[in-house]
Amino acid sequence: MTAQTMLDKIWRSHVVVPETADVPAVLYVDLHLTHEVTTPQAFAVLRAGNLKVRRPERTIGTLDHSSPTQADQVFGRVPIAIESARLQMAEFERNCRQFGVELLDMKHADRGIVHVIGPELGLTQPGSTIVCGDSHTSTHGAFGALAFGIGTTEVGHVLATQCLLQRKPRATAVNVHGRLSDGVGAKDLILAIIGKIGVDGGTGSVFEYRGEAVRGLSMEERMTVCNMSIEAGARAGMIAPDATTFEFLAERPRSPRGAAWERALECWRTLPTDMGARFDREIDIDAATLEPMITYGTNPGMVLPVNGRIPADGDAVFHKALNYMGFSPGDALKDKPVDVVFVGSCTNGRISDLRSAAGILKGKRIANGVRMLVVPGSQHVKRIAEAEGLDRIFTAAGAEWRESGCSMCIGMNGDTVARGKYSVSTSNRNFEGRQGAGSRTLLASPATAAAAALRGRITDPREVLS
Amino acid sequence: MQPIRQIRSRTVVLPASNIDTDQIVPARFLTTTTRAGLGATALFADWRFDASGKPRADFVLNQPAATGCRILVAGHNFGCGSSREHAPWALVDYGFQAIVSTEIADIFRSNALKNGLVPIVLGAEEHAWLIAHPGIEVTVDIEHKTLALPDGRALEFPLEGFSRHCLLHGVDELGFLLAQSEHIAEFEYHRA
Repeated sequence: MTAQTMLDKIWRSHVVVPETADVPAVLYVDLHLTHEVTTPQAFAVLRAGNLKVRRPERTIGTLDHSSPTQADQVFGRVPIAIESARLQMAEFERNCRQFGVELLDMKHADRGIVHVIGPELGLTQPGSTIVCGDSHTSTHGAFGALAFGIGTTEVGHVLATQCLLQRKPRATAVNVHGRLSDGVGAKDLILAIIGKIGVDGGTGSVFEYRGEAVRGLSMEERMTVCNMSIEAGARAGMIAPDATTFEFLAERPRSPRGAAWERALECWRTLPTDMGARFDREIDIDAATLEPMITYGTNPGMVLPVNGRIPADGDAVFHKALNYMGFSPGDALKDKPVDVVFVGSCTNGRISDLRSAAGILKGKRIANGVRMLVVPGSQHVKRIAEAEGLDRIFTAAGAEWRESGCSMCIGMNGDTVARGKYSVSTSNRNFEGRQGAGSRTLLASPATAAAAALRGRITDPREVLS
Repeated sequence: MQPIRQIRSRTVVLPASNIDTDQIVPARFLTTTTRAGLGATALFADWRFDASGKPRADFVLNQPAATGCRILVAGHNFGCGSSREHAPWALVDYGFQAIVSTEIADIFRSNALKNGLVPIVLGAEEHAWLIAHPGIEVTVDIEHKTLALPDGRALEFPLEGFSRHCLLHGVDELGFLLAQSEHIAEFEYHRA
């Protein structure tokens, strides 16, 4: 048998009908994650065709994108402020009920961002295929799964047939050599990778992150890296499962138990890429030289070390982006003023992210005039944070502490940044208007975001880490 | 999906590279529960309209020459970012039938094909020529996978057999997948 990549192995074990020159493969989907925004039109197709959900037990729904983060609205003490969002969530609840799909509804203790709850519940498992009508489905690849975002028509395909028509993507190895220095984290690593290869560098391929620095990352950090694979154009990112993965998954509510766990481990240990397997492309990056990173433009590839300067010149898109951001060529980013700080999202809304931000803010106050919003990735993350007293650190510092959801990453629920204001955000996209019409987003790690909140200016987090 | 064989139209040009799906349809429009109506209000909303909702005269789609154009020539890496199918829905609802670029992001491309919006990837030189000549009339031929210029040159573009078949015959992929149900059942049986 020729040496195989992890992608080869997972792909082969899910092919229902092989691809030919004329027709793509029929690929089986193990887990379908769903939410309120990208499903209503798919359920409408099922209803029109008198079709059922083929495998409701492989499908789970949560409310995250348009859901409010204010407790009063979440727990029904006041109406949900945005009427169209309320109607969309009500429709999703009705669809899940009618089609027999489990829904973690608004008051459910396990509700949260779709890419946070999958791993948290143990639904995300090595070797599986996972899809969702959301591009950040790449997050789940951190467990050695093939996980990618799909459109709403494909959501309908999976609901009705548990399958997708797919061509096998190319495999790209992203080799991260050496180790990250102190004060430099997973977010800095993935931003540096996107900066190196560009926002289209991964089109048509699946990234496998490899190397010493990747092995040294926790599961939550691995999720941050895989999450932003799509920002380099790769539909999926993956990391070989190892002891770190198994330790994370052991005893999760929906992980296998007993003999089934032992069988699963045996299978999961066969997943890593074989020695000598060939990738279609290899990208090399040196972790040791990386610094805390922050974006300055209107896509995640426009990124710099926090102590860096914006390039002196660029193409028309570069100048358009700087004009939008209100920056000039050659500007230093450090000490630029900040209006809003957002800590949360499927990229950085997990407990380790909140601990990192709280570590910087403990016993301190954020700068006058800065609004800081901290939104846990799930209700579970919220409970752990509150048990550790992180909520009190944030509120004592002057930040707002909310219920879980996508919140200010996408701004669908009213949590937005005002026109022209600068937001240092732990989310994944700095596109024009991403956090609200006219908003200006600078993507960074939770540590860099907290440091910016503390000083009211862009700050190297290593200066405030004690 | 309606069968498409040929698209003959003048082009409209948006030269910016990396036009992401947040620009094509800003997130605040995503609370809709239908596919309809996104062309009038949502498509390129923050480029088309100012903060008070008035059309921006300097945006290309607001100019008289853009009326009736069904082919959008856009910069490199069109449709990157979010998986929202609202992006091709809005483009189709507005009247577009084809997108021309040097690269089209994976999920957008897949979504476009399912809505009869033809993704056309050309070489850099040919693409640069189209960017430099907005408003010329071109003809897209699905069967031959060509985009014909006014001077008679026919530029070939990649379109895999299955997608071409679906476009030409208006085939819905869901029907194709449902017809595989015996294979799917067999696969599930052997894995259980």
